[in-house]
Amino acid sequence: MTDRHAIRLRVNDREHALTVESRRTLADMLRHDLGYTGTHLGCEHGICGACTVLVDGAPARSCLMFGVQADGSEVITVEGLADGEQLSDLQQAFSDHHALQCGFCTPGFLLLAQAYLGELGDAEPSEAEVREVVASNLCRCTGYQGLVDAVRATARARLAAGPSGSPGGDPG
Amino acid sequence: MLRGAGRFADDFSVRGQVWARVVRSPVAHGRVRRVDTSEARSCPGVVCAVTAADLPAGLAIPVRLAVQDIDLSSFLQPVLAAEVVRYVGEPLAVVLAEDPYTAEDAAELVDLDIDELPPVLDALAAARPGAPQLFGAGNVAADFTLGFGDVNAAFDRAATVVEAEIEIGRHTAVPLEPRALLADVDPAAGTLSIYGMTKVPVFNRDVLAGLLGMPEDLIHVHAVDAGGGFGVRGEFYPEDFLVPWLATRLRRPVKWTEDRAEHLVAVNHSRQQRHRIAVAFDPAGKITGLRDDIVHDNGAYCRTHGIAVPELTVTMLPGPYRVPAYRGRIQVVLTNKTPCGTYRAPGRFEGTMAREQLLDVAAGRLGLDRTELRRRNLLGPGEMPHTRAMTALGTEVVLDAADYPALLTAAEAEASRLGYQDEVARGRAEGRLRGLGLALFLEKSGLGPQETADVIVGGTGTISVFSGGTSFGQGIETAMAQIAADALGVSPEVVRVVNGDTARMPFGMGSWASRSTVVAGNAVHAAALAVRDRARQVAARMLEVAEDDLNVHGGVVSVAGDPLASVTLAEVARATAPTSRYIRPGEQAGLSARRRFDVSHMTYPYGVHIAVVEVDPGTGRVQVLRYLVAYEVGRAVNPTMVEGQLRGGAAQGIGGALLEELCYDESGQPTATTLMDYRMPTAAEVPRIDLLVCEHAPAPGNPLGVRGAGEGGITAAGAALASAVRDALGGRQDVRALPLTPARVRAMTEAAS
Repeated sequence: MTDRHAIRLRVNDREHALTVESRRTLADMLRHDLGYTGTHLGCEHGICGACTVLVDGAPARSCLMFGVQADGSEVITVEGLADGEQLSDLQQAFSDHHALQCGFCTPGFLLLAQAYLGELGDAEPSEAEVREVVASNLCRCTGYQGLVDAVRATARARLAAGPSGSPGGDPG
Repeated sequence: MLRGAGRFADDFSVRGQVWARVVRSPVAHGRVRRVDTSEARSCPGVVCAVTAADLPAGLAIPVRLAVQDIDLSSFLQPVLAAEVVRYVGEPLAVVLAEDPYTAEDAAELVDLDIDELPPVLDALAAARPGAPQLFGAGNVAADFTLGFGDVNAAFDRAATVVEAEIEIGRHTAVPLEPRALLADVDPAAGTLSIYGMTKVPVFNRDVLAGLLGMPEDLIHVHAVDAGGGFGVRGEFYPEDFLVPWLATRLRRPVKWTEDRAEHLVAVNHSRQQRHRIAVAFDPAGKITGLRDDIVHDNGAYCRTHGIAVPELTVTMLPGPYRVPAYRGRIQVVLTNKTPCGTYRAPGRFEGTMAREQLLDVAAGRLGLDRTELRRRNLLGPGEMPHTRAMTALGTEVVLDAADYPALLTAAEAEASRLGYQDEVARGRAEGRLRGLGLALFLEKSGLGPQETADVIVGGTGTISVFSGGTSFGQGIETAMAQIAADALGVSPEVVRVVNGDTARMPFGMGSWASRSTVVAGNAVHAAALAVRDRARQVAARMLEVAEDDLNVHGGVVSVAGDPLASVTLAEVARATAPTSRYIRPGEQAGLSARRRFDVSHMTYPYGVHIAVVEVDPGTGRVQVLRYLVAYEVGRAVNPTMVEGQLRGGAAQGIGGALLEELCYDESGQPTATTLMDYRMPTAAEVPRIDLLVCEHAPAPGNPLGVRGAGEGGITAAGAALASAVRDALGGRQDVRALPLTPARVRAMTEAAS
């Protein structure tokens, strides 16, 4: 009854080859087959966004994607954001602005914001615009203020540093 | 956490683990004829399937918080339903398989033969004679009255009596991490290791030991990260027996992770009550009597909280006011819905809503300003401590040092400074339905009876704290580190805190009821001070000086006035090794201390919520424009953490006041089983939360002077937003039900116009 596929993908710049059942979600594959347990499952139906990862630079709910759909893709999970010991500018901003309490939703918000900041124009985003982006995911602990502040602060810093000066890198 | 290196329960896996899937009742009420697992068991990859028939007979989950001497033994939840199912989602069987997908497939193949019985979904109807009965002992688990003074006389002689009928909807906490458990057995040692049991790990370990018939010290509940608690996580649920029991039976590790649809029908619901509340005034607008008749819909069983939430509803209802005579009656009624327990500010969210809305209605009736009416009736600082002749959670209700009127004044001034009134006036000038809401509340925190802490300095100078609190992500470990660091004169970064590991701290009572900073914090404080004194004692021998001449600071014990004469804490710790010449006969080795903090009364924080809302008369949508929480915390160990607790609580409160509701259809099927239907607020619904955190009234009952901060952000949210909506509609429509969903608000706007 099982239908298995051999796939290859890059996760956080590491090559992986594995065989997965066609129905296995990308989230389960990342967590349980490849050990990237930083990707969290909060609802398994695409609402909470805790499982958000970047697939070829775009944010994706990994609970709504099958692992086989990531064949040949470049996936970034929360484990791929820091440069060794050095937190990315966005991660540091989350810490500075108290954007997390329990930390369960944090990976999803980090990757959501990473993708958003990668597409930023040259104008500083308003609080309303950032709130709309942050409203894609759910957090039950913080009341969102720290999350909104962290994303805005990172946007401000990146714009001030100019196009080449974004220390967190551009995923796209 | 920021790197994805957290270790939540589902992140733990061990070789050879099997995955459990719970089979749940698809009907609200029915007689179980047969649960046939034969087809499920024949699936490839399935290890076994169990039903109630496979369990030791008569297993029921005991009450953790027994109050008011009321026996609930007829209404306890069995681990697996045997003869009758009483709510959709009640566990009937468990299937174990080599992988979770197979377990879920096979669970679908368990054949359930259930004769449906008429469900009872409305608590008022369930309490009436002739209603279908859930239990041989009836549908009313408890019916009790608490209070003081001559209430009847107060109402008989009143100049004015104001009454209201108010319903609070059914909510649940929804921590973002679903529940998960891993139970691992060591057949050689006969031990059981459990990951994912948090909140009250020592209590749960002891319950489990009792149910399994094994010594509690062979069970080790490990501390893991937890994705939010808010009351629901970590109570002893059926799965907390089933997973470890299956592991011991199979002699294999068993892992279970629930999905969100299960979570929404399986974990405790909360809040659902109907209040008939009345207040009596003298001609001067002073309260002479308060009475409330409450029907509490507890769902299908009495779980671990027993009737603690109903009790807290009644005991906390008079709030910060001078109430000479009070009577609160509550009927705890069982219905064919998910059983209830606590959710952040249990009983207070509900009671504050009922009382504060009643006071708004009364102000209108008396022709008094809402704030002025409250000011006339608040207890003054000179009236504290104030004893109410009732017990809450087994403690006498003694409201400790407080200045309620001062906080009200400060909160109003802050709202003015921030332009709240202007924002209402501006909107109204443009023809918008804007309103300002205000609500006062009394909280409780720091429930005893005790907490124990160990503080240990290692031979390399590491400082470890083993505390009985538990971490859900509220940051309690940060507070414990800071308290230990302050006492030892070191930086909090060098202090390692382990919370909720039953092997490291076998006497912990867990984190709930906003108790940990108060009770565990003072235990850590005492243990750290004892370590400091011990370090000075040993350092005095090493340096050959008097103890009184020594200071402990920055990880160093030094002679006052001679900083070169010093030893580090690490050196002192090594000097306490068993063979050290600095240890005297009969003295314990090691630089460590264990201390217990006992407390017999709770401490009562308090606050004010002020909100500005705009009501859309077309859609019925309520938008929260401004929100202020003013809170007296006694002393903030970590102000950032206090602010985080208050902001997060307010966001949850906005959800409970406006969006979130667990509804059922007429057959007892839950209609909110996804996060699409159970609508939690996003960043689009929650405004910036303004805070006024005060440290003007240190708690007199503990050396640190702290009060809990976990719940004050949510307590008055329903009341303040109801007050604001009422104000937006010109005070012409009283709020009779929460949440203020678009349908309810539209009905109000239509009635108002």
